[in-house]
Amino acid sequence: MSKHHVTTTINGEETEFLCETQETLLDVLRNTLNLTGSKEGCASGDCGACSVIADGTLVCSCLMLGVEAEGKTITTVEGIADGETLHPVQRQFLEHAALQCGFCTPGFIVATKALLDANPDPTEEEARYWLAGNLCRCTGYDKIIRAVMDAAAEMRGEARAA
Amino acid sequence: MDDQVNVAEARKGFKWVGTSPVRPDGVPKVTGRAMYGADMKMPGTLVGKILRSPHAHARIVSIDTSRAAALPGVRAVITAADFPEQNFEYIGPERVAVNFWHVTRNIMAREKALYEGHAVAAVAAISDSVAAAACALIDVQYEVLPHVIDVDAAMAPDAPLLFADMITRGVEPAPTRPSNVSKRLEFKIGDLDTGFAAADVVIEHEFKTATVHQAYIEPHACSARIEADGQGEIWASSQGHFAVRALTAKLMGMPVGDLRVYPAEIGGGFGGKTVVYLEPVAAMLSKKSGFPVRLAMSREEVFRATGPTSGASMWVKIGVTKDGKLVAADGVFKFQAGAFPGSPVMNACLCAFAPYDIANARAVGYDVVCNRPKAAAYRAPGSPISAFAVESVLDMLAKKIGMDPLELRLKNAARIGTPTIFGPKHAHNGYPETVQALLDHPGYRAPLGKNQGRGAASGYWFNGGGESSATMQVNADGTVLVATGSPDIGGSRASMAIMAAETLGVDYKQVRAIVADTGSVGYTHVTGGSRVTFATGTAVVDATKTIIKDLCRRAAMIWDVDPEAVVWEDGHARPAGANAGAFPPLSLKDIAAKAAQTGGSITAAASVNAGGQAPGFSTQFCDVEVDPETGKVTILRFVAAQDVGRAIHPAYVEGQIQGGVVQGIGWALNEEYIYNARGLLDNPGFLDYRCPVASDLPMIEAVLVEVPNPAHPYGAKGVGEVNICPPMAAIANAIENAIGRRLTELPMSPPKVLAAIDGPDAGAGA
Ligand code: FES
Ligand code: FES
Repeated sequence: MSKHHVTTTINGEETEFLCETQETLLDVLRNTLNLTGSKEGCASGDCGACSVIADGTLVCSCLMLGVEAEGKTITTVEGIADGETLHPVQRQFLEHAALQCGFCTPGFIVATKALLDANPDPTEEEARYWLAGNLCRCTGYDKIIRAVMDAAAEMRGEARAA
Repeated sequence: MDDQVNVAEARKGFKWVGTSPVRPDGVPKVTGRAMYGADMKMPGTLVGKILRSPHAHARIVSIDTSRAAALPGVRAVITAADFPEQNFEYIGPERVAVNFWHVTRNIMAREKALYEGHAVAAVAAISDSVAAAACALIDVQYEVLPHVIDVDAAMAPDAPLLFADMITRGVEPAPTRPSNVSKRLEFKIGDLDTGFAAADVVIEHEFKTATVHQAYIEPHACSARIEADGQGEIWASSQGHFAVRALTAKLMGMPVGDLRVYPAEIGGGFGGKTVVYLEPVAAMLSKKSGFPVRLAMSREEVFRATGPTSGASMWVKIGVTKDGKLVAADGVFKFQAGAFPGSPVMNACLCAFAPYDIANARAVGYDVVCNRPKAAAYRAPGSPISAFAVESVLDMLAKKIGMDPLELRLKNAARIGTPTIFGPKHAHNGYPETVQALLDHPGYRAPLGKNQGRGAASGYWFNGGGESSATMQVNADGTVLVATGSPDIGGSRASMAIMAAETLGVDYKQVRAIVADTGSVGYTHVTGGSRVTFATGTAVVDATKTIIKDLCRRAAMIWDVDPEAVVWEDGHARPAGANAGAFPPLSLKDIAAKAAQTGGSITAAASVNAGGQAPGFSTQFCDVEVDPETGKVTILRFVAAQDVGRAIHPAYVEGQIQGGVVQGIGWALNEEYIYNARGLLDNPGFLDYRCPVASDLPMIEAVLVEVPNPAHPYGAKGVGEVNICPPMAAIANAIENAIGRRLTELPMSPPKVLAAIDGPDAGAGA
């Protein structure tokens, strides 16, 4: 099977890879580039565990082909922290115990980052609807939503809500 | 966090128990570095793929793998013929008995495919695409047979039989004709006739629940490597790597000692990852090919081929006096086992009336096979199903006699000494306290708006104890390592570190908790049955106490005094009193620095078979609003009180409660397996199998009731499961309160609610 050559930017670094036509960006990230932080929960766009930001837009990497990454700028969960310094969203998830098994967490971190980039001051309802594409089976979302609201407040420079 | 205020009381006297520090394994989980089942790639790994039955029920006439095996890039093709046959016998306690004749047929079909998605062959190849092409080249000849999906239909005398020789167990004399009923159970106390004769009001009703899946977000995945000498390693995401080792070794016919299993991080299990599906297949593919093999399920495979929990058909009848005394209860619980015997119907029978003091009661259960995937454990397996029926009838009775439903429960609450239908008397309190907590909750009396209703319900779960092991090491710099054999699904490393730090009197951050592989720590039973904080926690505290003794002995050597002259206090060895001498206290670091001179490495191991676990009790109420146009039910408020013994890490305890409640909300309102006329699953994906999402829900208020368990060093009780028992009935009761119609069939999805609004009241007795 012949492969395509793709040049893209992932987490700030120019990256090249070869992929088969039918391979999704998620397959490429996980299997070719060893970026296994993006998870496969469904491969059908229904769980959000594979969330990445592509040219500023939150997408399910399982619904995007590897070849579509050509020329794009992709951020995965591995690119959210600044070196050893966690992003406020990551820190708030930890402090709020907003993860149990942690399998959905990469997707939620990426989706929350995209939310706060687009809307730094979401209401709880806006946060719940934005994150409705991310399934978590462990937490009942309570602590996730609290972490998101507190991360938003922190990033706006406000005192923590709780 | 403001919602931790309710545990402040318990925190008194403890430094770490009752606090909620960040988990030791947290950072890799928010940065994407944590390694789950599918994230491991050994050098030279092949891709495994399983070919599955497209039929609900079919005889396998022949399997020809020759064309697949000849495809370039294919390294191995296997079928059931590669696995040794197993004896037909039920092993282990009846509640969880295993029959390996069934297990080996579930991982790879032999004579027949018994459900759509049943594995029939597997390949290992150099890539996904080659593996898929190879599966397509395997020629399986099927003779399609009539199938049966529904439990009542499977019990009908003319039902298609899954096993031509299945004679119902538990019936005297044994039936002469085979059927799909694997087992009948009966548990009884008192005299039903006398009991019902004393009742002023008796209500009986039938109920149905749908098959629902645990729906962990991580699909099953593993890697296996079996060497030419027969020894091997497995890296797997599971609720118990010791169980994976035992089951895989048995199914492969290899000695347990030849297999080492490493615990990957696990992306949720809820009971569904206590059994094996992939590990023996990956191991056999590796053995046959000589290469490591990675096997991961798609979401569709998870739905079609792994254990959901049983759907059920039930009948419950309860009698009460007009002043609210429950005098008799009777129930029949018919459970789908799926393709092989072993539904959780026994639990359903035992838990059904357990929260209550009812002198005359009976529960009859049927374990029934049908052409669905074999049921696996799901959070308090069985109990939520019978609770839906029992707690609905209690609500009808309360309404009929004009009593508050929580007051009815409080009046009849089981306490220490209350008899049960399963023999031993209740040995713990905790139930009435959960009811009282809700009666005292301001929300319980808050006014409701139009189309809104409030409902309450309770639940019971045994909780587990059993075998657990822990080892502890004090490192050269005074840091401490705690290794256990319990996979961490919900923050248990944090609780283990908390208990170790508390016992040792050192900083939480000084202790690192890890999950060790089967070669590095003693046997530990699965993370399930709400047993880890209780049983593994006890092992951790035992190991810590041994370490403390050893540290005192070493301090005595350093000071040249008797070991009895040394005490351990606040993380330091100190002279026991003025007579013991005037030595400055020694810290862990001080003693660790002299380890070589005092006997070498400072380590201890502890193994327990923990008994004395206390059961879980939960009582919950919720407010709902029903849209009369669409039948959609919106949850406005949910309050869940649970007796947790003592919360070791309150935030993760709350998380267990919130997560269990939301799974219950999904079970109540949306989730169900939908089959078509050919017995094929129509909704094997998250789009059509609708789990709750963030926008469906309010915050879930967890009320931690703490009635400590004296059998645990810090009073802990299992907290993981009982929270899923009450929601279905609480929501049904709230819907009834809102629309005056009783729904008795799950899920209470919009079409059913709308039909109830438009039709006659199903709950004629209410
Ligand atoms: S894996 Fe992409 S949405 Fe689930
Ligand atoms: S923490 Fe397990 S799925 Fe979200």
